[in-house]
Amino acid sequence: MFDWLKQNFLSTKTFYYSSEKFLPWLSAAFLVFFGYGLIFGLFVAPPDYQQGDGFRIMYVHVPSAFASMMIYMMMASCALMTLVWRIKIAAICMASSAPIGAWFTFLALVTGSIWGKPMWGTWWIWDARLTSVLILLFLYLGFIALRSVINDPEKKDRASALIAIVGVINLPIIHYSVVWWNTLHQGPSISKFARPSIADSMLYPLLAMIVAFFLFYAIILILRMRNQILLREMKSQWIKEVIYES
Amino acid sequence: MKNLMIIFQHEIKMISRQAFSWLTPLLFFVIVVFLFPFALGPDSILLKKVASGIIWIAALLAILLSINNIFREDAEEGYLEQLFFSPYPLTLLVACKLLSHWLAYSLPLILISPLLGVFFNLDFYQEKILVLTLLLGTPVITMLGALGAALVVGLRGHGLLLPVLIMPLYIPVLIFGTGTALAAMAHEALNGYFALLGAITILTATLIPWLTGIALKMGVNQ
Repeated sequence: MFDWLKQNFLSTKTFYYSSEKFLPWLSAAFLVFFGYGLIFGLFVAPPDYQQGDGFRIMYVHVPSAFASMMIYMMMASCALMTLVWRIKIAAICMASSAPIGAWFTFLALVTGSIWGKPMWGTWWIWDARLTSVLILLFLYLGFIALRSVINDPEKKDRASALIAIVGVINLPIIHYSVVWWNTLHQGPSISKFARPSIADSMLYPLLAMIVAFFLFYAIILILRMRNQILLREMKSQWIKEVIYES
Repeated sequence: MKNLMIIFQHEIKMISRQAFSWLTPLLFFVIVVFLFPFALGPDSILLKKVASGIIWIAALLAILLSINNIFREDAEEGYLEQLFFSPYPLTLLVACKLLSHWLAYSLPLILISPLLGVFFNLDFYQEKILVLTLLLGTPVITMLGALGAALVVGLRGHGLLLPVLIMPLYIPVLIFGTGTALAAMAHEALNGYFALLGAITILTATLIPWLTGIALKMGVNQ
């Protein structure tokens, strides 16, 4: 298993060549899941008996919120690999994940607010979950800001890896302190928003959309990582060969 | 231990010889606190309610501004490299530096905050709680700020990066700090609040000096 990983992914060169083979498969799978989720989510699934058609924004909102958190976890695990084993590909993965994660977080916030306006009657409430996602966005932006000002690539990776790890230690603390803060300041009138358990015809498109979003993340991640590899290894011989071939 | 004391005394001397290095953050703190009533209006009931939050935010900003330079001169003069070569664990040396920074920059803010509380009509009990929460909370602000300062130590002209990087991490301590003060105003039991605040302080104190040492090595070894 480890040998297989090592051969295919762990060096920048092998990653560059083997990732090329995965891209068409990932793209095809993405189209299938995304198409299924979109058609069944937007047209086939029945309107919600309370929210009408408004609930359909969930098919974008839930997957992007899910992805925003999973990508941070991914970044933090890559950060650990960068700091402890100095695996170059992990650093590239961490760096390439950050903007994607930030955009997913932004998308989750925006779609949540568009949904909240007709349902809750307000664009924003200081609910614990909303606030935690907002803070997650700030953590992403801080990470990107730190990377953008350091010039040396090695130092950039290690410094930003450290801040990603500190962020991931802090995320649960922030989340629970925000929950606590919220119950302190206002009663649980809106924050305990009980959603009725979901029907199968709505659930399956949602699951498909979640898978589709992760596939999308994988595709964009691979494309970005390949670009990063080209940039970083600009001076090595095999990159020159790649460029001459194309 | 003796050598740690020498380093500690050196730090304190360096700071106390430049009076304005610690007086400026103090003045900044006081002025920021006095700006809020102008922005919020002279409603004394409202001001009493938000006083602890204002004082907390002002203290946080003042400490953040002062911590930006905690490692800068040391890095430029090569003092940090000397620390790396010393036989003592870097974590302890960093902790020493953080303690002296806290004594020089945060303690004056805490000492003057009861006086500021008077302007907001806080009674004696609320003043006491405010000072206690600041005593427990400001070390966290100092330590996390120092971690950020260590990460950006070699970088010039990015003064606002440090707050952007570190401020989201301040949210828990801010919530528990001001939450305790608010609970005191409502005359609730405070043991749980102090326990949580103390837990955050202890967690930060165990992890951050070590991580700051790692970050410093990264920054300087280039």
